[in-house]
Amino acid sequence: MTTTTITLNVNGKSVETTIEPRELLIHVLRDRLDITGPHIGCETSHCGACTVDIDGRSVKACTLFAVQAQGSDITTIEGLGDPDKLHVLQEQFKEHHGLQCGFCTPGMITRAHRLLQENPNPTEEDVRFGIAGNLCRCTGYQNIVKAVLAAASEINGAADKEATRESAA
Amino acid sequence: MSASAPTMKERQAALKGLGTSRKRVEDARFTQGKGNYVDDIKLPGMLYGDFVRSQHAHAYVKSIDTSAALALPGVIAVLTAKDLEPLNLHWMPTLAGDKQMVLADGKVLFQGQEVAFVVAESRYIAADAIDLVQVEYEELQVLVDPFKAELPGAPVLREDIADATEGAHGPRRHPNHIFTWEMGEKEATESILDSAPVVAEEMVYYHRTHPCPLETCGSVASMDKVNGKLTLYGTFQAPHVVRTVASLLSGIAEHNIRVVSPDIGGGFGNKVGVYPGYVCSIVASIVTGLPVKWVEDRMENLMSTAFARDYWMQGKIAATEDGKILGLWCHTTADHGAFDACADPTKFPAGFMNICTGSYDIGTAYLAVDGIYTNKAPGGVAYRCSFRVTEAAYFIERMIEVLAIKLNMDAAELRLKNFIRKEQFPYHSALGWEYDSGDYHTAWNKALEAVKYTELRAEQAEKVKAFKAGETRQLMGIGLCHFTEIVGAGPVKNCDILGMGMFDSCEIRIHPTGSAIARLGTISQGQGHATTFAQILASEIGIPADDITIEEGDTDTAPYGLGTYGSRSTPVAGAATAMAGRKIRAKAQMIAAYLLEVHDNDVEWEVDRFVVKGAPERFKTMQEIAYASYNQAIPGVEPGLEAVSYYDPPNMTYPFGAYICVMDIDVDTGTTSIRQFYALDDCGTRINPMIIEGQVHGGLTEALAIALGQEIAYDELGNVKTGTLMDFFIPTAWETPNYTTDYTETPSPHHPIGAKGVGESPNVGGVPCFSNAINDAFRPFGLTHTHMPHDHWRIWQTANKLGLHD
Amino acid sequence: MIPGTFEYHQPDTVQAALALLNELGDDARVLAGGHSLIPMMKLRLAMPEHLIDLRLINDLKFIRIESEMVHVGAMTTQHELIDHAELAQRVPIIRETSLQIGDPQIRYQGTIGGNVANGDPGNDMPGLMQCLDATFTLLGADGEREVPAREFYEAAYFTARDDMEILTSIRFPVSSGGYAYEKQKRKIGDYATAAAAVLLRKADDGSSCAFASIAMTNLADTPIYCEDASQLLQDQGVTDSSIEAAVDSCIASIEPVDDNRGPVEFKKHAAAQITRRAIKTAWSRT
Repeated sequence: MTTTTITLNVNGKSVETTIEPRELLIHVLRDRLDITGPHIGCETSHCGACTVDIDGRSVKACTLFAVQAQGSDITTIEGLGDPDKLHVLQEQFKEHHGLQCGFCTPGMITRAHRLLQENPNPTEEDVRFGIAGNLCRCTGYQNIVKAVLAAASEINGAADKEATRESAA
Repeated sequence: MSASAPTMKERQAALKGLGTSRKRVEDARFTQGKGNYVDDIKLPGMLYGDFVRSQHAHAYVKSIDTSAALALPGVIAVLTAKDLEPLNLHWMPTLAGDKQMVLADGKVLFQGQEVAFVVAESRYIAADAIDLVQVEYEELQVLVDPFKAELPGAPVLREDIADATEGAHGPRRHPNHIFTWEMGEKEATESILDSAPVVAEEMVYYHRTHPCPLETCGSVASMDKVNGKLTLYGTFQAPHVVRTVASLLSGIAEHNIRVVSPDIGGGFGNKVGVYPGYVCSIVASIVTGLPVKWVEDRMENLMSTAFARDYWMQGKIAATEDGKILGLWCHTTADHGAFDACADPTKFPAGFMNICTGSYDIGTAYLAVDGIYTNKAPGGVAYRCSFRVTEAAYFIERMIEVLAIKLNMDAAELRLKNFIRKEQFPYHSALGWEYDSGDYHTAWNKALEAVKYTELRAEQAEKVKAFKAGETRQLMGIGLCHFTEIVGAGPVKNCDILGMGMFDSCEIRIHPTGSAIARLGTISQGQGHATTFAQILASEIGIPADDITIEEGDTDTAPYGLGTYGSRSTPVAGAATAMAGRKIRAKAQMIAAYLLEVHDNDVEWEVDRFVVKGAPERFKTMQEIAYASYNQAIPGVEPGLEAVSYYDPPNMTYPFGAYICVMDIDVDTGTTSIRQFYALDDCGTRINPMIIEGQVHGGLTEALAIALGQEIAYDELGNVKTGTLMDFFIPTAWETPNYTTDYTETPSPHHPIGAKGVGESPNVGGVPCFSNAINDAFRPFGLTHTHMPHDHWRIWQTANKLGLHD
Repeated sequence: MIPGTFEYHQPDTVQAALALLNELGDDARVLAGGHSLIPMMKLRLAMPEHLIDLRLINDLKFIRIESEMVHVGAMTTQHELIDHAELAQRVPIIRETSLQIGDPQIRYQGTIGGNVANGDPGNDMPGLMQCLDATFTLLGADGEREVPAREFYEAAYFTARDDMEILTSIRFPVSSGGYAYEKQKRKIGDYATAAAAVLLRKADDGSSCAFASIAMTNLADTPIYCEDASQLLQDQGVTDSSIEAAVDSCIASIEPVDDNRGPVEFKKHAAAQITRRAIKTAWSRT
């Protein structure tokens, strides 16, 4: 059995791990690095529960060998906000009841985060299209969409205020 | 009173009790990726189990050679039926009184059946070892069509019970026949059918599908040989029942088994049953002395654990010429797969299918259900459903439409004409139920007005005209559904699972500083119990919901309960919670009276305190009472403030709802687009409107999936054709519409807080609503009924058969 | 769903990748985005002993538009195609098609090279490339050769690419005029039940058709370039009757199979409708 050592920058922390090349990123994160936020739902890249952010791209970690992520910056749900200061998406998912069993939530929020980075002013249609790689069995998506739109407007509201303050100064 | 003292209204609001859209306490951990699901559990030395599964649907197992697998470094054990037989664990009892092979004992009966269990140091080694287990099969004739099961020449599937003429539910007439269950009056119903002015008849098929929660099933078994204790973590919707079953199966005393349901990533009925994977993880842990994890993958989940539905319902409905329904007849052929593993209360082999008279006052009815073995996976679970209520609701709501066509009557009007009237409750149905409360006319009229029903019909007529004139290739369908559910199983006198009465429980401890913990026999899988049960308690005992911890799922700490499925948590455990709260309050009243130096009867409850009657300035809050209960010697009153309630419901609850869907259909591509969906639910007292709405959105989306494409399909050789999420339809946000929710509130008269349960309503009512919309679109062209799932090609086929492509 | 073992190679030049491929022979597979190969490996339907990952080869990642010709490196992702402003303007059908592939995550990872090279009839890019009359550049031990997309596909998973060659780049002309990629699918993430790529250009007279190209996806074991239908529209112009004749011609050239997306007759009927729509949309955009 050949193994190889890879370095990943996970949630801002550089980690080294020795693995078989065939190990899927989702298993390396969950089983070796104890990052259990991203989940395994379908294993065929249809459900998005395993979504993580790699170098600014939303990726399904069940369909990527960890060696393919060698040297990459990986952000998982654990890297978005912390207990003292939740990410605005985390807050809005709670506020709008955008989750029930919670199993899809880490992937969903991680994906929504990237979506808002790329499109800070999405329409409802943009959000629905943008999160279509993530399945949810509980919510019917309606409140997820609401939460993402609310997060966008909160981020934009904060940005507007910031801009106003700067222009005032 | 000082100006700063909160008003009664403010105190009420501070409780976040009944009726509040309280934000969920669960969300903090879930949104931060800190949920703790089965596959997140990692114990020292843990091994991984994985199954060798049959690729054949029906075959003898001639031999199993495990030597190459065992020779692979990292493989610890390979279990076969031969290894389990000395422990008498090669078969296990099912919830339906049948038995099921844990590992193939001489033959396999469905594709994906468990043949051998490999235990290895990692998932990867286990997967490699599976490929190395050599199984020799002798293929047998495959039976997939339940209507061919009793024909001459049909293969006998269950050779183990081929000669048994008596099954768990009465006589068996053929080796492939499981049971016949009859309810109602056969002769009276048939005589009405013979003489009625109008009789409509239809075969209504509710296809086989699967609950498919996003998290698959799994378990981690950890046998502590030093202390003789087994801990079993798993995706269990009924952890206490699993403990009892595990004890009975393994011979380990029940007090030495601890079953823990951690966070569960959706259940929808998939996680009610006991699966070979659970048993094998336990055996493997006992054999190796190490913790063993088993988590199925999605293909295994869809192929082997707990399908739902698969009912062929032949119906006849009789009426007068002006549309008064006289009688209902139904014969169901139920495809149960290879083992009867239906998750139903013991005395109900077809669940509550006898709620199939629906929301209508039907004087005479008859139902017969034949359970049949086929070479398909076992199951028959209540997928977001209370024991075959979905099938029953689909059946009656289709039959109403079919009758409306026969009568040339508007289907909304036909419903209005036949609803059980408000004053008829409690209503005794022809098939044996006592409906607790309802006001169907009010709900229905509210729904029709909300969608402007008359205008919709006018628009539809215009659309038909335009279609016939060649101006459009789109049709418009208006789906109607008025459903009545039966949930909250159930009264111990007639409801049990494996002999355990279907009560539920709540135990409350009030802490000295006035906060509390309550433990229940249920287990949340996304329903938000930690949020809503605290709200029930807050209203009962005047302690803010935010100060109450709700705990479920650990059999070492929670009181015995039958678990969460069939919308039973609120009707049963919710009632237990209220009743336990009332015991707390009764004791608190004595303490308050003592502290206030008045007689018990001289104080009265007010939101969060006991107040001396006529002297509102003299009171003791629950916080004060709680503290006193721990630090004062009160004559005749034990210290502490705790209570437990085991609630045996006197009756089921009967939530209902009125749904209307407007859909556009492209007859050339078979594609559909949902223009509008209005859902009015009456679940009695509303505990948390936000959560109710979320449940409705989710249930409707599952209904949409089932109605429009989701199925477990087999080919004629018993191969599963829909084994991944590419083919097993789960809509994304893109295919899912927005829903409009609404409500009426008709409390249950027998439930302590009047709540009825809501989780399953949207699935029960949603499926017929979507399906009726499709059928309705084609009604002007002569269609009476077309089977689900209404995916693109089947809709196209319907249009094609009606000549709409000519 | 756990893949078998393999050795992983990560060359940083095409030449190094090619050398590895020729050295390792049949036991090796080239890995691009992995969204076709990795699922096959997880199901153990593919068990290569060596994987040669092209991700570090920067020479394979480019989008260049030069003298009315678009050049795209094989390792360019669908997401990069969607995001490229000039490409969206010069060959808008690329963006329209790419947005209908998979889902957002798959488009970040899936590459145009992988999509065209592996010969999966469900992939959308092959049909589009035939519609655009693209040319694929293949690099082998004997150097480069070029194969037109319209001659590349032989059968499902069989293409003109030799196992010892790497598809390095794709080129196609910019396309002025009307365009449409119509795809019917069961849901986001699904392959097409039927899909059609159409390019049309109006002649200078403002009404007749100067150029037409139609190709279809997942309706045979290869993409189908509808040469006769394209010619027909070019000859007869785009009218209600010529559209019907072109659609008939397209449908005569496909050979769909019965599967979970539906029986053959349905697919032909749906394909006709999709093609009809695509032609009309493309013409309306000229």
